[in-house]
Amino acid sequence: MASWKGRDILSIRDFSRGDMEVVLKHARKMAPFAEGQKSSQTLEGKILANLFFEPSTRTRLSFESAMIRLGGRVLGFSSVEGTSVQKGETLADTVRMVEGYADAIVLRHPHEGAARLAAEFTERPVINGGDGAGQHPTQTLQDLYTIWDEKGKIEGLSIALVGDLKYGRTAHSLAHALAGFGTSLSFVSPPGLEMPWEIIEEVKKSGTAVSTTHRLEDVVPVADVLYVTRIQRERFPDPQEYERVAGSYRVDLPLLREAKKDLILLHPLPRTTEIDPVVDRTPYAKYFRQAFNAVPVRMALLEMILGVGG
Amino acid sequence: MRELRVTPIKNGTVIDHIPAGMALKVLKVLGIDEAVTSTVTVAMHVPSKAMGWKDIVKVEDRELSPREVDKIALIAPRASVNVIRNYNVAEKHVVRLPDRAVGILRCGNPNCITNLREPVETDFLVLRGEPPRVACRYCDRIVEDVAAAIV
Repeated sequence: MASWKGRDILSIRDFSRGDMEVVLKHARKMAPFAEGQKSSQTLEGKILANLFFEPSTRTRLSFESAMIRLGGRVLGFSSVEGTSVQKGETLADTVRMVEGYADAIVLRHPHEGAARLAAEFTERPVINGGDGAGQHPTQTLQDLYTIWDEKGKIEGLSIALVGDLKYGRTAHSLAHALAGFGTSLSFVSPPGLEMPWEIIEEVKKSGTAVSTTHRLEDVVPVADVLYVTRIQRERFPDPQEYERVAGSYRVDLPLLREAKKDLILLHPLPRTTEIDPVVDRTPYAKYFRQAFNAVPVRMALLEMILGVGG
Repeated sequence: MRELRVTPIKNGTVIDHIPAGMALKVLKVLGIDEAVTSTVTVAMHVPSKAMGWKDIVKVEDRELSPREVDKIALIAPRASVNVIRNYNVAEKHVVRLPDRAVGILRCGNPNCITNLREPVETDFLVLRGEPPRVACRYCDRIVEDVAAAIV
């Protein structure tokens, strides 16, 4: 990618490995600013529009924090209540209107493809903050950054993705992103919720070693990274079946006895019962750090697409 | 007495080398239904040297637009389209599978933004193969049954 200025951030599929590495390195430089140890005014005078057509705490607040930490300002809405969307305004019109009020747009929308559509109707850069069951590229970059920052590298790591891999979009996007990095990937899921074969094929094509299993115990002793996702109750018609399955994918202290000393445990949050809260106190637990990393990663992206820093 | 199975037409279009069984879908994409006002001849499961079996559709007094030819290419990628004028083949085209299908398919994902009231045409990348599949450029959904998605 020759220039980042004005670039839309719509899908992790639009990123090459080189692109991702540029973001990771820039994000590391942002970390002291994200933590409030240093202050920056690189985005002074810039305005970010946060258009949230459905609620989201983490994504919205981390974008706000990133923008404010860099001296910029934020406007927008966090639900469609009280907006002209309720009067039937199209997304295309909303975006063309907001274009006049802001320098960049973050869009969260319940329908897949909304961010790509929005980007077609504005010259301002659009960041996809999650579109339905579709893409959420800044989450993926934040996950990658956490792995890279904690382990010092991505290449050569043994990474296990755990949980509902059939429907979990964060796992799909992360698998795609990791495919170019020379890792070995394990997909651990309950029967019936396996990683879609198209994604497995795509990852294998990149030369990544791939294994699949239904047993979490198989991967714990060899994993450098355990990326745990939620198993959603609504996927199971029978509540008892859900309890049984969810119970067998729970990360707790006895399970971690077999783990490598420097294993890191990640989760995109919010969690339900997948990780026992007592695990939070172990050195493995990096999921709150991962949540914090939303800020430096989004600071980096905002600087890059608004054409400062870089 | 020798009887021709399908008689020659004076003016119109002959779509040949349609995969066997797809003729009715070709009629559908051409919008040919009970309200048709010119003669349409359909031959199904015809022996073919090249294909084993094939279907043929002849539509009298009508020539196809490039957009209609693109639609046919998506369901019959090896079809040939012959334009007949005064009993002669005036033009002969082999259809070409397009790289993109813009505005001719509906996304099968009900949650796709293109199924809302937005001012955009649908846009699909055509994935080569037998039969071809398409992927929505908005929501990434892969449509397997392309014929059913044609609008």
